[in-house]
Amino acid sequence: MTVLVTGASGMLGGAVARHLVGEGHEVRCFQRRPSGVAGAQDVLGSIEDRDAVTAAVRGCTAVVHLVAKVSFTGASADFDRVNIEGTGFLLDAARDAGTTDVVHVSSPSVAHAGTSLVGAAACPADPGRARGDYARSKAAAELLALARSTPAFRVAAVRPHIVWGPGDTQLVERVIDRARRGRLPLLDGGVALIDTTYVDNAASAIAACLRRIDAAQGQAFVVTNGEPRPIAELIAGICRAGGVAPPSWSVPGALARGAGAAIERAWLALGRTEEPPMTRFLAEQLSTAHWFDQRRTRTVLQWEPTVGIDEGFERLARHYRR
Amino acid sequence: MVALPGVDPSWSAFIDVPSTSGADAPGTSHRWHYLDNGRDLGDGSVKGTLLCVHGNPTWSYLWRSFLAAGSAAGWRVIAVDQLDMGYSARTGVFRRLAHRITDLEDFVAAVGISGPVVTVGHDWGGVVSLGYAHRNREDLAGVVLTNTAIHQDPDRRIPAPLRLALAPGVHGLGTRTTSAFLDVTLALARPALDPAVRRAFRDPYRSAADRQGIANFVSDIPAGPSHPSYAALTETAEGIRSLEVPVLIMWGPHDPVFSDTYLEDLAGRLPHADIHRFERASHLVQEDADTAATAMDWLAERGIGAAAPPAGTAPPLDPGDYVPLGRRIGDLASGPEGPSTAVAEMTPAGPPRTLTWRELDDDVAAVAAGLTALGYGTGTRVSLLVPPGVDLTVLIYACLRIGAVIVVADAGLGTRGLSRAVRGAAPDVVIGIERALLAARALGWPGRRISAGSLSRAKRTALRVEASLGDLRAARPVSAPPEPPADADAAILFTSGSTGPAKGVVYTHRQLSAMRDAVQRTLGLGPGTALVAGFAPFALLGPALGATSVTPDMDVTAPRTLTARALADAADAIDATVVFASPAALRNVLATSGDLDPEARTALGRITLLLSAGAPIPLPLLESVQDLVPAAALHTPYGMTESLLVADIDLSGLRAAAAAAAAGLDGAGNGVCVGLPVRGAHVAVAPLDGDGAATGEPTTGHGVTGEILVDAPHVKDRYFRLWKTQQDAARMRPWHRTGDVGHFDAEGRLWVEGRLGHVLVSAAGVVTPVGLEQDLETLDGVRLAAVVGVGPSGTQAVVAVVEGGTARRRPHLADAHLAAAARAAAARRGVDLAAVVVVPALPVDIRHNAKIDRARVAAWSGRFLAGGRAGTL
Repeated sequence: MTVLVTGASGMLGGAVARHLVGEGHEVRCFQRRPSGVAGAQDVLGSIEDRDAVTAAVRGCTAVVHLVAKVSFTGASADFDRVNIEGTGFLLDAARDAGTTDVVHVSSPSVAHAGTSLVGAAACPADPGRARGDYARSKAAAELLALARSTPAFRVAAVRPHIVWGPGDTQLVERVIDRARRGRLPLLDGGVALIDTTYVDNAASAIAACLRRIDAAQGQAFVVTNGEPRPIAELIAGICRAGGVAPPSWSVPGALARGAGAAIERAWLALGRTEEPPMTRFLAEQLSTAHWFDQRRTRTVLQWEPTVGIDEGFERLARHYRR
Repeated sequence: MVALPGVDPSWSAFIDVPSTSGADAPGTSHRWHYLDNGRDLGDGSVKGTLLCVHGNPTWSYLWRSFLAAGSAAGWRVIAVDQLDMGYSARTGVFRRLAHRITDLEDFVAAVGISGPVVTVGHDWGGVVSLGYAHRNREDLAGVVLTNTAIHQDPDRRIPAPLRLALAPGVHGLGTRTTSAFLDVTLALARPALDPAVRRAFRDPYRSAADRQGIANFVSDIPAGPSHPSYAALTETAEGIRSLEVPVLIMWGPHDPVFSDTYLEDLAGRLPHADIHRFERASHLVQEDADTAATAMDWLAERGIGAAAPPAGTAPPLDPGDYVPLGRRIGDLASGPEGPSTAVAEMTPAGPPRTLTWRELDDDVAAVAAGLTALGYGTGTRVSLLVPPGVDLTVLIYACLRIGAVIVVADAGLGTRGLSRAVRGAAPDVVIGIERALLAARALGWPGRRISAGSLSRAKRTALRVEASLGDLRAARPVSAPPEPPADADAAILFTSGSTGPAKGVVYTHRQLSAMRDAVQRTLGLGPGTALVAGFAPFALLGPALGATSVTPDMDVTAPRTLTARALADAADAIDATVVFASPAALRNVLATSGDLDPEARTALGRITLLLSAGAPIPLPLLESVQDLVPAAALHTPYGMTESLLVADIDLSGLRAAAAAAAAGLDGAGNGVCVGLPVRGAHVAVAPLDGDGAATGEPTTGHGVTGEILVDAPHVKDRYFRLWKTQQDAARMRPWHRTGDVGHFDAEGRLWVEGRLGHVLVSAAGVVTPVGLEQDLETLDGVRLAAVVGVGPSGTQAVVAVVEGGTARRRPHLADAHLAAAARAAAARRGVDLAAVVVVPALPVDIRHNAKIDRARVAAWSGRFLAGGRAGTL
């Protein structure tokens, strides 16, 4: 089977592409920068370029779509163009090219609005309630994608929650960097339970979704390790793997949420483009529980994570010791 | 109409009903609104009709859960809005009770109800529905009542809230001009009503004119014989005494209007009624508790309604050889043992107080005669608030002798718990020490009063004491009543309340005697034995066994006040060879054993049998106890208030069990070993399903975890006024469901894994707490551990909350070392621990200081680990 993986230059996209190569598929990667995935063919281009997208998907039986604009800053229109329109281009082109199976990679944030999640099920995406342009645009994209699903053109969404692993610049490197500079507090003692996803598990879940697309089409699945941990333990695990001391100071969550909101406003008013040190969304993520009911995901996808959280920390440590 | 949450719009109906009421001119017709689930049921077999009548100031909306439950169970449910109430017509006429009963008859005739009818009423609707039931017995199949009153004792004032509502200047203002009466009533719901539900209740009463019916209803409360509705009320109140249909009373005891006094009055008029008190519910009991499901269960259980098969009858009791509990006292008194000590009570200073068998027999007879002379006898409920000792022993056997029912609640429940228990038991008389009588007055406990000690005249008056124990002893001898029947109620013993409000457990005379026989058989106690009764439930059995018993000098409300010295003194006083104590008491005995003199050690050296009961005791503690009583066999019987003896094991048995577990014997381990079932008791488990519910067929197969079931002649008869609880406990007849979970090992030992309510269901399956807690308690720095689940059942995250090893006052996450050790221990049991939390102290029960309130720990952990405000644990 020929599979197009969009966004393979990212950590998760690369892992998905490698996983699919390992399963014996012919893999084509589409993104702006080289993916560096051995055994896969790279097609470089932008998701905003309809012609490039159309060319890339030609001849592919299946598509895994990971390209997204993931950040706090930026104009709403940029998010809409990449995350919504880009997804639309890809789906149109795929259907026209005779592709039959699509896994759209989404995020649990598409269905939730800042409250704590305790053993939560995967609710429908809701752009009206999602917080921030990223979540809002991803929610719209997921709705758009799942609405296209038919028995002949099967689309499912996978929402991995907080993906981490070696090479992660989003979470791991920022945590280590800030901890090293002593600028990483815990919020409320870091006791909130958070479930995360080791990158290889997210990749194998996406591959499983492709395999089980018959049963999965039209639905969204939250994917995690199924090992909720207090956020302080996660941060400590990452820090120890990176060879820095875990944070030992804590600030009240309410204070951080307020400060995050203030910083957000200032950042946007000043037109700064780099990521702010704290946002309200981030403060909420770091001080409220986020863990999920994985039963439906595991039953429908016939999938189990293979890398436990402690094994994940060891692999991360090996990565940094190299 | 506003949106009516819980109401299917198709239920709502109107009908024009010709009135035959004397309140209306002939030819008058009124439009009634009512809810009717008839359409849900189709033409199939309908079991009958529940005719539901609301009170003031609610309307048929109150019964919405009955309509839904009725549709599912095949009952037509019709809930009326009484005239001038709800969406029914405002008639402009003052409708009194007699009119309202006629109104209901008119409605039933117009709407056309055939087949069996069960009346269902609440508040003043209860009175109207009873009036209907009383006058329409032909099709009457049953009566269901919820917080209501049928009789106002002319000597007692009507409830304060209603007095206020009737007060001049308040009445019109509170009930009609403003919606205060309505608002206050709705505010009684516990927990508070959802705003949408409150809006629905208020909707028909938005204007003052709409509320005229509320005002009239309040004025129609007959406060005395001169009231125009007094005659109608009295006719119904007396008439229902001859009702023979089954009756269910569901009650919210927190009702500030219809207090337990009114329940007692109803129970007296309808002595065959099944009663369930929803301990936490208030006036709007339909809103506070699942009364609809309870009612449906009851209808099925009682076989009410067309085509319903009769309910299974109780299993025949093993007739056995019944010997009344107190029989041996008389036998010993008249034999050669007569002059020897029967009971002794250690006193803080001075010699012990003792009675010989002859004195005990005489004293029991004297007190029994005194009670008889005061008019107490068969069925009288006597609350005994007297500390264990000679007086309590005498009172217990005197009450049993005359057929009175003893009510025994442990002061260890705390003031609130004890008060709840005493009120719930509705005693006819409270016999107590001064402190108890003060509490009785302060907390308004029901019943007449007798003091255990002698009181000054002023105190007697202040505490309404009509006699003292001394007066009873001195009463003119009367001929003893006949022995009470074996199957009559004998005792109501309260549970410890460590798992929710304390429940009253009813034993018959036959069951109490069976309890004595089980203790005698299992432990070999009988005449010639001398025992120290440091654990209350067993203490009352001493004289019944024919054993000499002594109560040590201790504060019985706190077992941990038993000192080694006090124990040794008590043992020495009667040359005791047997000791009953709880683990908390034994802990303190060990802690204070340092200053024992040789004489005291000698007394303890004579002990040949020591029982630790009431809570699990850790093996190391038991080993230390053995050093103190080197000659004693140490037994840790397993049981509960509902069945004092289920299984038994001694220290050597525990060592053998631990060895079996270490050697990998099938089923050994994962829990507290409580040994083999005692002779005469059948024990099995009902296996847990994937949801953690005990739904499997009872089995004794090893390695199968399930709810522990027991069947024995000494199991309780039922719970007192907890019809639903009793049904749940007895669902698997003839078994009593203990609420504990556990399993057998291949050699037949029973291992207890925790409470059924504390079983958690993670994504990986069912987890019972005790085994893992024991493992965690072996880790450095862990004194006590609780394993609980947070999140939705089926995908719960498993959390360990441990006590110890911290100087910090606030709860915090365990350090990396402890967390890793705990996770490794859990992983060996196939459990993923999401978090390990260290707290300064875990909540444990008052009585034993040992049973962890895991439900509370789970709720707290859920808040703590969600990142919100957790509050205090």
